[in-house]
Amino acid sequence: MTRVRTFARQIWQVASIPLLAIVLAFIVAAVVIVVSSVFTSSGFEPLLPLAAYGSLLAGAFGSGTGIANTLVAAAPLILGGLAVGLGFKAGLFNIGVAGQFLVGAFGAAVVGARLADAPAAVAVPLAMVAGALGGAAFGFIPGFLKARTGAHEVVTTIMLNNAAVLLLTWAVNDLVRAPGFSFPRTGEIGNSALPVLLGRNLHLGIPLAVLTVFVVRWLLERTTIGFEIRTVGQNPNAARYAGMRPIFIIALTMTLSGLLAGVAGAIQMLGVIGFYAPGITASVGFDSIAVALLGRSNPIGILFAAILFGAFRAGAPLMQIETSVPIEVIDIIQALVILFLAADLIVRRVFRIRAPKVELTELKTVTQSWGGAASGTPPP
Amino acid sequence: MGDQPSVLEMRGITKRFPTGTLANDAIDLDVRRGEIHALLGENGAGKSTLMNILYGLVPPDAGEILIDGQPVTIRDPADAIARGIGMVHQHFMLVPVLSVAENVVLGNEIVRAGQLLDLGEAAQRIKLFAEKLGFDVDPFSRIDQLSVGQQQRVEILKAIYRNARILVLDEPTAVLTPQETREIFEVFRRLRSEGASVIFISHKLDEVLAIADRITVIRRGKVVGSRRPTETNENELAELMVGRAVNLRVDRGRSHPGEIALEVAGLRAKDDRGHEALRGLDLVVRAGEIVGIAGVAGNGQDEIVESLMGLRRPTAGTIRMAGHDLTRATVDQRRDRGMSFVPADRHRFGLVLTYPIDDNLALTRYADPPFAGGFAGIVRNFRAIAANAVRLMKEFDIRASGPKALAATLSGGNQQKVIVAREFGQEVKLLVLDQPTRGLDVGSIEFIHKQVIARRDHGAAVLLVSAELDEVLELSDRVLVVFRGNIVGSFAAEEAQREKIGLLMATGAARA
Repeated sequence: MTRVRTFARQIWQVASIPLLAIVLAFIVAAVVIVVSSVFTSSGFEPLLPLAAYGSLLAGAFGSGTGIANTLVAAAPLILGGLAVGLGFKAGLFNIGVAGQFLVGAFGAAVVGARLADAPAAVAVPLAMVAGALGGAAFGFIPGFLKARTGAHEVVTTIMLNNAAVLLLTWAVNDLVRAPGFSFPRTGEIGNSALPVLLGRNLHLGIPLAVLTVFVVRWLLERTTIGFEIRTVGQNPNAARYAGMRPIFIIALTMTLSGLLAGVAGAIQMLGVIGFYAPGITASVGFDSIAVALLGRSNPIGILFAAILFGAFRAGAPLMQIETSVPIEVIDIIQALVILFLAADLIVRRVFRIRAPKVELTELKTVTQSWGGAASGTPPP
Repeated sequence: MGDQPSVLEMRGITKRFPTGTLANDAIDLDVRRGEIHALLGENGAGKSTLMNILYGLVPPDAGEILIDGQPVTIRDPADAIARGIGMVHQHFMLVPVLSVAENVVLGNEIVRAGQLLDLGEAAQRIKLFAEKLGFDVDPFSRIDQLSVGQQQRVEILKAIYRNARILVLDEPTAVLTPQETREIFEVFRRLRSEGASVIFISHKLDEVLAIADRITVIRRGKVVGSRRPTETNENELAELMVGRAVNLRVDRGRSHPGEIALEVAGLRAKDDRGHEALRGLDLVVRAGEIVGIAGVAGNGQDEIVESLMGLRRPTAGTIRMAGHDLTRATVDQRRDRGMSFVPADRHRFGLVLTYPIDDNLALTRYADPPFAGGFAGIVRNFRAIAANAVRLMKEFDIRASGPKALAATLSGGNQQKVIVAREFGQEVKLLVLDQPTRGLDVGSIEFIHKQVIARRDHGAAVLLVSAELDEVLELSDRVLVVFRGNIVGSFAAEEAQREKIGLLMATGAARA
């Protein structure tokens, strides 16, 4: 009994602020919905938010299809969230998930199209590995630059996001453009597509993403590599003194982070999109940052946060159809969640909680000064 | 002085923190008018908590406060200031980019003609107060251009400006040089002659004996004695503070130097700004001896230690241990050879404050068996980590709620014990100690000194770097003097004379 209670208290300690931030975001968004209803043809509707949130919930979880859509939308966010969260653990802010995601998607699309006729047992793993390696390589670049020269990863990853979009557009146009289409794109992926396990779209990538949550958790909590990553994030000087090599760990962490982002791109490519064409959206990359913050870099927290954001995406269309509340309200809610998470004092005041102050180290990483040399002086 | 009326009485003050620690246990304190009153106690004894209660920062669970014989309630610092209580914290509460005058009046501005700030008037008053207290300050210089000692005086001015009659200072001398300490004591005496009362927190015995009119000793949240300096001495105070007889002088015993354990030859290294800090330094440490390095801070001590640790790459010279060249070895390889380090800055290097004690106790051997094993040798063995913590916490008397307590929650002495427990393993061949007892109380210092001697007697070579000449002289079998990146003198313990070494430290030559 006491054990259950201490466990519940521990959960509450880490999860209270994120949960209450979500509640507060819904409340404030409701005000926005009510106020904006005044300007529509139907006029002032004080109960509109309830209806809207009802259909949002119904769209996300009300049916088998809804749940499947939620999970399909959540899968890349889980992996992307893990990518950002892993970076946070080492004190790194990887804004480059968007670019790494695209490179991963591209790698999977190209290899997938090449192996379109091979047996699925060969084609799927190889296409996935191509995506993972593409993302890892693209994560290694900022990691290497930071380790070697101290170049801040926030700057380099933002730059590399643009580099990725433009490079891949060129590649699709001039290197791997599939014949027979009116616009530049890669070929059909055929047998490389991720097998659908259930219903219309519940693909293999979903269990893979969930499995990855536990692999990352194991890595961080139970291995010496995770201990090194966390120590470098908490105190790079102590890490050096303890015989760790922060510059190596930084490069490794960025590579692993890129790998996770690459896998996110690969499952989205092989499970949902099917081909690479310039302009495919990489919003997953930025939502991943929100997911990692909401999940507080904890893999389990990221899992739940990704499912929440997936539910927003999956449920929003029904909300718009049934209540005419535009899909964009979802963006407002997501933004408010992050806002309240950052300004946790507001949450504490509103709900009068006296939870022990647990510092959000992730936000510290986000806000810490640019060019802060986490790696210290060049090593021997 | 005994016939002066009580200006402040605290009766039965009790405070238990949510963590269960009883920080103050029915404490009585009585401060007279025009008295310098020292609160003496080990780190974590509850001195700061008591003063925070007085200043309204921490609410007491029980007890009452009387000022001029009248019971008062102090809910927050504003209440305290209104009652004439001023506080100078260990970490100053000044705005670095504002001027002295602006800082002093902050929150208490003199306003003229509506909303215009009248700094001229304030500056006049500041000048006047400063003169009374016997120092000179330019009200218009910026805080960040002042020395630490000057900033402290600004803090005192701030309190006096708000009509403080009872001035509380939390470890005021911890950040000061000896010269600045003498100056601040003069300020205390002036305050006393103006009729103000000074309460200051300290754990330094010589200080309280030098300046206080009365000394109240606190141990583990309780008052264990109150003395006048004339009726006590260092030994009695130390015993009151720690709760048992303390050896202020370490009994070093005889050393039995053996083989050469560490040989540094022609070592050159640059400091962080790129200036040459070590200029061809040679030194030798033998197994079973303690070699102390004395010197004025900034003469290359940091660079010696960092070069030995493997955190700084020498530009020339060699570092050899038992015949193995370790000049370019990684930190890891050095540790494998039996080197061990106690860094000067325990928060920056020695500990990860956000980790529990058990992780910190395994921090430098986290990847070695038994702490890691299993798949590819990367799986951490939590059972071994916990067992190690339980054993070392007992052996080294680390006081905490348990092995899962975060390092940040420990007192300075216990934090240092965590590092010492980790670094003083059985298999250590060379122990490099950089300021191993800085900021610690007498009990912890005694404990750590004993451990150092035990390691030496066990056959380890010890290199001690300390800014406290007393510590070097007491502990070392051999004393080296470092000056501008070179060893300029070497003395056996029995012929090491303070004056001679002091001269060498200051000028680099035996004759000025």
